[in-house]
Amino acid sequence: MRHFPRVLTLMVAVILAGCGEPDFSDTEKKTIASLALSALPSLKPDTTNRFADVPAAAALGSTLFFDQGMSRDGTVSCSTCHKIDRQFQDDLPQAVGVGHTNRRTMPLAGVARDPWFFWDGRRDSLWAQALTPLENPLEQAGNRAAYAHYIKARFGERYERIFGPLPDFAGMPLNASPLGNDAEKAAWNAMSGAQRDAINGVYANIGKAIAAFERSIEPAPTRFDRFALDLVTGAEPKGDAAFSKEEILGLKLFIGKANCVTCHDGPRFTDNSFHNTGVPPVADLPPDRGRIDAVAQVEADPFNCLGAFRDGDASACGELRFMVKDAPQLIRAYKTPSLRGAATRPPYMHAGQFSSLDEVVAHYAKAAPSVEGTSEIHPLELSDRERAALVAFLKTLAE
Amino acid sequence: MASLWRYLLAGLGLAALLVGILAVVYLTAPRSSQPAVPDVSRTKNTDNGLFVASFSPERGVVRQGELESWLLTLKTKAGAPVEGAAIAISGGMPQHNHGLPTSPQATDYLGDGRYRIEGVKFTMSGWWQLHFAISATAGSDTVLFNVVL
Ligand code: HEC
Ligand code: HEC
Repeated sequence: MRHFPRVLTLMVAVILAGCGEPDFSDTEKKTIASLALSALPSLKPDTTNRFADVPAAAALGSTLFFDQGMSRDGTVSCSTCHKIDRQFQDDLPQAVGVGHTNRRTMPLAGVARDPWFFWDGRRDSLWAQALTPLENPLEQAGNRAAYAHYIKARFGERYERIFGPLPDFAGMPLNASPLGNDAEKAAWNAMSGAQRDAINGVYANIGKAIAAFERSIEPAPTRFDRFALDLVTGAEPKGDAAFSKEEILGLKLFIGKANCVTCHDGPRFTDNSFHNTGVPPVADLPPDRGRIDAVAQVEADPFNCLGAFRDGDASACGELRFMVKDAPQLIRAYKTPSLRGAATRPPYMHAGQFSSLDEVVAHYAKAAPSVEGTSEIHPLELSDRERAALVAFLKTLAE
Repeated sequence: MASLWRYLLAGLGLAALLVGILAVVYLTAPRSSQPAVPDVSRTKNTDNGLFVASFSPERGVVRQGELESWLLTLKTKAGAPVEGAAIAISGGMPQHNHGLPTSPQATDYLGDGRYRIEGVKFTMSGWWQLHFAISATAGSDTVLFNVVL
């Protein structure tokens, strides 16, 4: 019996050493390889935007993205919230433009690969998405007639070299939009159909130029990608590509017991779909029901894939044609965000509900029920060590 | 006598330790709540035996995260193609408490009992189920296909 403590210490030591070895099963290796950035296929052409890969369009789009003139009072641009040196987001729980919005600014790396845009997916193309903040009274707060006039005055030549002649604006109001204030709506309704089409055409092209620029915003390789590459090729991970025991445990949990990879999958760590994960609403914000309320909005959007401003043919519109419209699973469902870079850009979730990754992991472990609809998350039994390991792994996606 | 008690106590202690270790092993082991491997055959009799249904990806391969077309082929027991069928599709992931990420539809009849099912998309790896409600002149029947990615 005197030997017992010594035997126990030995046993514990052996078990711990065993855990630390980066020995992964073949299935685990396959999953890890599927998460590596090297597995990201090249960006597919966007046939709904024939300017998507035209360099001059991307250059104009870049100018517009950073131009505060693209707002009602000349103080807000896309880059006010999507900051180039902050992963194209702003570190705030809810974005602030002309007013205080109800959602968190989304980072933009790899966004051109998504089928749906916004936390609730209420737009179905990158170019249709760009038109929304421009007219949102809380964001850039402008109106499409004013933007068309502004483009002609500031960038007329550049625009025409890409998109062809601008329409004749003679007799068109300076401010008009079907979504604006009462005066702007009245002005819009007083316009002829041809005039409205002309303004909408210029407006859609603004979106197409900005989208062409956004296609260049891609995720960068991280420590995880270097580790994964070595693991898959059988090379000995060197330098910062070597993972600590804690990081390896975190990775194993992420793709194993903690089930994170069921939604955060593929090289962008997202399934591009919508899920209710029981994230609580923010007290002072208006009710937010997520995807369920976005369905009607994207169907009604005149700039959606089935609308008149799409280039190419309707075969590109599968996502819209076959979208789920009224299932209980859409209630308080939000788009699965990419986890690349997440560790260095708190806060988290669609309205900045959690201020640290520790809080995020605690949320998943507890799996509190959703205030409305049903959360897909099931409670996890995670020790303190395992929680810390998950966080440590997430950090390797941001280094 | 006293030493017998000591052995008994030691035995009990060891047994308790064993239970503890087993519990730890059990609790930390990866949960494999997956029941017996689901039947993934691509050709089946429908639930009431009215039709023989086959379900396969139109381009031969299944790619995760992409919208794809599949073919549902319907034959009678005697092997005659079933024409003019109305087909309703539902499904989901039984282990994740969610339905399909898209709503696939039968969009075309290609002849010889073959129906094109468009808008099929599997967003994650795992066990998916697609349920078909089929109604034709011969009657109505249902069939479930499992797809494991
Ligand atoms: C006031 C801050 C603000 C401004 C200005 C702004 N955005 Fe955003 N952006 C947000 C917020 C907040 C969201 C998420 C909103 C939601 O889900 O309702 C978002 C979402 C997006 C998305 C969707 C990303 C995804 O993964 O779905 C894209 C793309 C985007 N913005 C691009 C732009 C462009 C282009 C402009 C300029 C035309 C712009 N934004 C102007 C705050 C802003
Ligand atoms: C059922 C799908 C699902 C599973 C499983 C899942 N997530 Fe998420 N995750 C989401 C969705 C959806 C959101 C956004 C929710 C929201 O904003 O309301 C999210 C958000 C996050 C965020 C915040 C990112 C950001 O930019 O705001 C992190 C970090 C995260 N998840 C990590 C994890 C980890 C770690 C696990 C495993 C313990 C996990 N997720 C499991 C779907 C899932």
